[in-house]
Amino acid sequence: MSPQATSAQEAATRNAVEVQMTGLSRRYGQVVALDRLDLTLQPGELVALLGPSGCGKTTTLRLLAGLEDADAGQITVAGRDITHVPASRRDMGMVFQAYSLFPHMTVRQNVAFGLRLRRVAAAVRDRRAVEMLELVGLSEQADRYPHQLSGGQQQRVALARALAIEPQVLLLDEPLSALDAKVRAQLRDEIRRIQLEVGITTLFVTHDQEEALAIADRVGVMRDGRLEQLASPTDVYSRPATAFVAEFVGLSNRLAGTVSGGVVTVRGCDLPLMDRSTPDGPAMALVRPEAVTLASGYPADAGPLTGTVIALTFLGATSRVTVDLGDTTILAQLATADATAHPAGSRVTLTIRPDPVLVAVDGAASAGEGA
Amino acid sequence: MAALAPVGEVVREPSARRAAGVSARRRRRLNAFRYLVFTVFGLFFALPLLAMARFSLEGAKLGTWSVTAWSQIASYQGTQAVGIPPLISSIEITLELAVITCAVIVLLLVPTMIWIRLRVRWLSRTFEFLCLLPLTIPAIVLVVGLGPIYNRIQRVSLSALMLFWVYVILALPYAYRALAAGLGGLDVTTLAEAARSLGARWLTVIVRVIVPNMWQAIINALLLTSALVLGEFTIAYLLLYNNLQVELYSISRNTPNAGVLFATSTAALAFAFALLLILSYVGRRRRRSRG
Ligand SMILES: Nc1ncnc2c1ncn2[C@@H]1O[C@H](COP(=O)(O)OP(=O)(O)OP(=O)(O)O)[C@@H](O)[C@H]1O
Ligand SMILES: [Mg+2]
Repeated sequence: MSPQATSAQEAATRNAVEVQMTGLSRRYGQVVALDRLDLTLQPGELVALLGPSGCGKTTTLRLLAGLEDADAGQITVAGRDITHVPASRRDMGMVFQAYSLFPHMTVRQNVAFGLRLRRVAAAVRDRRAVEMLELVGLSEQADRYPHQLSGGQQQRVALARALAIEPQVLLLDEPLSALDAKVRAQLRDEIRRIQLEVGITTLFVTHDQEEALAIADRVGVMRDGRLEQLASPTDVYSRPATAFVAEFVGLSNRLAGTVSGGVVTVRGCDLPLMDRSTPDGPAMALVRPEAVTLASGYPADAGPLTGTVIALTFLGATSRVTVDLGDTTILAQLATADATAHPAGSRVTLTIRPDPVLVAVDGAASAGEGA
Repeated sequence: MAALAPVGEVVREPSARRAAGVSARRRRRLNAFRYLVFTVFGLFFALPLLAMARFSLEGAKLGTWSVTAWSQIASYQGTQAVGIPPLISSIEITLELAVITCAVIVLLLVPTMIWIRLRVRWLSRTFEFLCLLPLTIPAIVLVVGLGPIYNRIQRVSLSALMLFWVYVILALPYAYRALAAGLGGLDVTTLAEAARSLGARWLTVIVRVIVPNMWQAIINALLLTSALVLGEFTIAYLLLYNNLQVELYSISRNTPNAGVLFATSTAALAFAFALLLILSYVGRRRRRSRG
């Protein structure tokens, strides 16, 4: 576990609660938005829900917040069944994708709104609002109106407002998606810092895998209303449970091969399988670009792993090289210094590192449908 | 605790830069054109009104000035010899009607429209159609339809205030449009969900979150409604009620001085103008106090 995760657990011992969703289902007409979803958040943990558009992430969050009713299933928070408690009494802080500050109130009034509804004394209310604004770094802007703030600032105020009521659970629905890349990354880390500081159980919905992997204790990958995998970011990336997860999180090459006895043979290379029980026969192996390395030139007879570089994409510290193998193309991700040795048009020989891989049987699970 | 460095975004200042882009000469020409249009249209509106005011001040001999017509309306007693002049009581009635109609319209429409937006979206088309319907029905048809109903009402109460039933119906389309415009500019759903997640019940959501953001729309609806009530003649006249317009009409008919006709019209206009100005001024003040 990362050091961040342990500090989350320390915080958890203070006041954080466990959230448990069992068998949650929800349909809209013909569309099954959620299909018997089971998800448990440990106290003080930040779980990111990741998945392609329309997989039911927002629906999960809205069911948890009580903004939508479940057709079936149960939600418990700290052991208490809240399935039929209305949203206004669920005690959950929520930050929305759309800007949701009350336009007629100042920043301070916005933050204090939830406390006013709880009839907290004015002095306490004000002190708490100022504290919260300090937490998100906006105490200077307390007397401005929302329309006088930038998008990033508005989302910070929304976060302060959600946290001011000291909710049991914090829910974030793509709070960063309306912001530009730089503010996004900054605010993302800020959210994580605050979440750890407050030690609150948090569900964070995003369709940005980098965001999910960067801040979550555990990442839940969803597909068609079900949870495909719930695991730590490293596990989701390097030990994906299904081909769908492998393809959705990070990039994967799909290479035709043959499975036999727990090993898949791809273009002459034997790669061990993650799932040893995979039935024998033809299959598509999913190979990470960083498992592919390149060497210049090739032996006299063009083998199955030789080809021509057709494109080089510079990504900063690393670069992505596209190699044409004749019948297919393959992506390799290398340090930029190594990649520049193979300009477009040069002939190369590939090596595939024998990391355990997953196979997609018969084109099942093509990730990123609609994503 | 580590406060963040401020985000590198600044709230934009739209006007200055755009103006600088246009050359000074073009701007001047544009301004001249603006003033010309303003003057032409101003005259178009103002001339008849000024002429009317002038005629109301016409003396017995052509070209002379006199306030006879004005003093005649002020002192008009109608058939009664003593008591409150009918003009004054009709002003009173009309103002009361305006207030009642405005109150009923707002209390009726605002919660309904918000509720429809929040909870029963599918009803909004039907509701819009119903609200706009009175616009398509001619006043005379309304009166024919309302005749029997008012027969009943008059058995209970003879007060001219009972006109508010019709006026609410008449004002419905205008008030609806004004309020719909205000609601349309708000992300009602998100605001309501944010408020509810903070612990607000539905009533609190409407009263403390949605309504405060649509004051301008509400004031516009009030403006249109009171303008309608202040200027309404046909229905009151046909249903035999004496509101301000009807009273002014009967004064001008019963006084053997042509100037009175113009004086009453001018008075009616001035009255409505003054009230509407006050109302819109109140609206402006509210908006400004909010920054
Ligand atoms: N109010 C609604 N009425 C009808 N269908 C809905 C409604 N809300 C969601 N859906 C459907 O339910 C499914 C799941 O929607 P949801 O909003 O949970 O997706 P999501 O994972 O949040 O996607 P995105 O990344 O695009 O936000 C989608 O197919 C969507 O079309
Ligand atoms: Mg969503």
